[in-house]
Amino acid sequence: MNEALSHHGDAHADSGAHGPDKGFKRWLFTTNHKDIGTLYLTFSLIMLFVGGFMALVIRLELFEPGKVLINPELFNQMTTMHGLIMVFGVIMPAMAGLANWLIPMMIGAPDMALPRLNNWSFWLLPFAFSMLGSTLLMSGPAPDFGWTFYAPLSTTYGPKSTDFFIFSIHMMGASSIMAALNIVVTIFNMRAPGMTLMKMPIFVWNWLVTAFLLLAVMPVLAGCVTMMLMDRHFHTSFFNAAGGGDPILFQHVFWFFGHPEVYILILPGFGVISEIIPTFSRKKLFGYTSMVYATIMIAFLGFLVWMHHMFTTGAPFAAQLFFMYVTMLVAVPTGIKVFNWVATIFKGSITFETPMLFALGFLIMFTIGGFSGLMLALVPSDYQYRDSYFVVAHFHYVLVSGSLFTIFAAVYYWLPKWTGNMYSEKLGQWHFWLSVIGMNVAFLPMHFLGLAGMPRRIPDYALQFTDFNQICTVGAFIFGFAQLIFLYIVYQACFGPRKQALTNQVWEGAHGLEWTLPSPVPYHTFETAPQIV
Amino acid sequence: MNNPKEHKRLVLVLVAGVIFMFGFCYMLVPFYKLVCKQIGFNGQSVQTATVPSANMPVDHTRTIKVDFVTVVHGDLNFQFLPLQRHIEVHPGETKLIYFYAQNQTGHEITVQAIPSITPSDAARFLKKTECFCFTQQYFFNNERADMPVYFYVDPSVPKNIHEMTLAYTLYDQTGFIKKQEHFTKGRIDL
Repeated sequence: MNEALSHHGDAHADSGAHGPDKGFKRWLFTTNHKDIGTLYLTFSLIMLFVGGFMALVIRLELFEPGKVLINPELFNQMTTMHGLIMVFGVIMPAMAGLANWLIPMMIGAPDMALPRLNNWSFWLLPFAFSMLGSTLLMSGPAPDFGWTFYAPLSTTYGPKSTDFFIFSIHMMGASSIMAALNIVVTIFNMRAPGMTLMKMPIFVWNWLVTAFLLLAVMPVLAGCVTMMLMDRHFHTSFFNAAGGGDPILFQHVFWFFGHPEVYILILPGFGVISEIIPTFSRKKLFGYTSMVYATIMIAFLGFLVWMHHMFTTGAPFAAQLFFMYVTMLVAVPTGIKVFNWVATIFKGSITFETPMLFALGFLIMFTIGGFSGLMLALVPSDYQYRDSYFVVAHFHYVLVSGSLFTIFAAVYYWLPKWTGNMYSEKLGQWHFWLSVIGMNVAFLPMHFLGLAGMPRRIPDYALQFTDFNQICTVGAFIFGFAQLIFLYIVYQACFGPRKQALTNQVWEGAHGLEWTLPSPVPYHTFETAPQIV
Repeated sequence: MNNPKEHKRLVLVLVAGVIFMFGFCYMLVPFYKLVCKQIGFNGQSVQTATVPSANMPVDHTRTIKVDFVTVVHGDLNFQFLPLQRHIEVHPGETKLIYFYAQNQTGHEITVQAIPSITPSDAARFLKKTECFCFTQQYFFNNERADMPVYFYVDPSVPKNIHEMTLAYTLYDQTGFIKKQEHFTKGRIDL
């Protein structure tokens, strides 16, 4: 779409006028989109290991019935923190990091539109998560009501540390809103001349839609936790039936945020896959326009399906039917995307480098997650599956082999461009295969556990579930330790010796403005905008 | 392209959108109440009195069994029971039911019963002309009383409804006490 261009912006980029600061100050005060992207991704990587450690504690406890390692109180805290960290501390910052690194380079802009706001939106995160993490060290339990923090578990019965949780959610929310604001302004105002909206790379399109979702629903989450805070301390009863409120209202408000949130977690990933599959199939993306409209359609439908999370709360029949049908309708634009990806691969000249492997792994396993989602969307079957391990299996298929795999794919794909150093392909393949095997061994049996009736969020279970739980735990450990390979690969690519000089294009089939820049990219790029023909 | 004025204008629009969505979250509260009242979800429609139309027909061909369930919330030390576990009514016919309550907390207290009706599709057809649940109820130490509910099932109730459950949860209102006289209308003190 934008191969034909003339660029002259980066020739004098390393003339030394504006190099980065030295040492710690560089990172603290930076307004450079590449530095901030790196900060986001590093933060996300650290949190991946923190949240992953908690996941392994959970799986260890579930290795056998009865108490294995930790007591039920700590178990509840671990599931809560694991969920919060993985959603708000890993996937969202990683996607924001990719946006920061890539959007300016993809649209031919010198930086983000609001660089200081950008710095602030990142630096809120470490403080928010230190505050959240500090609750584990306090006397009394850390938040222990699940990542969905349903009232009255989090209001009337919430531990004291819930207030720390509320303020850390506020900070994360502010961070996400500012990042989204920045992205929208950058995309609308800073595209290179000639780059119309329908010529934008598909990753940028997906992030634009995601940013609007963030702007629309993060304030609702902020309002939701503010109501909680008021119920806890300022004598209101939004969610307290004794004072005339309704706990069910909490679930409506939460899921009005929560369902668009799951699309926030996956849409940038769809964009990544739509960049990678054409490169390694050496074909243009099939159905660019339909991809754009499908993304917008998914985002729009995301606002009309929240009640499928609460079919069993005594909703009227008509409402259940409406939300069931609209939920199933989401499968249409998602199906368009999946078929477009398959059509892009079809008759392509395919090679299987690590980014492509992760993209293909995503394609297959995300679709499995989508199918189990369709099963959950059906009201009659949802009554059986709800609150069981089937749900756990479903959302780990769409979040781990969905969002997380797209992030891995993106890192492998653009890491040579960022660092100028090719990652170790052999180790990358090891990482992929161990991840895929570990992931499936960990999460596939959970479907059957759920169908057999094992409830989620329990530290102990009936004896007949033991075998499958042990398989899950083994898989989880394979998956967890496979990520150490990833850590080593990224370390090697960033700090290891240069093996070979890379071309600008890096990958044979790669197209787009970022692939016209040298590898590694200079600190400042596109100070003069390229002209898109 | 990098024009700060243009950035500023767009930022202002977006920030206004963010503030609107924060307000929208609070707007969901009255909106939810309204919807619940309209569709009778969660017993919201039965917390106010209805006046039956004067010539409401009684449908003697149908009988609906109404069950009564009571729950005392938390560790509130109260006895709270229906005098009848269930009753059979014809749609359109008004019935009177008493609920027995005894304050065993050892001190005076104000409580209120919050109703909930299942199935949700039938909830809006169960109507009350008078109920102890409409207001807070004051109990002095160890007071015992029978509290009345007058209700009827609207004759337009769907044909597939044969049974309904009216459930009350009794809440301690300490901290939420309304400034009003101690309300005991219709109560039979024992």
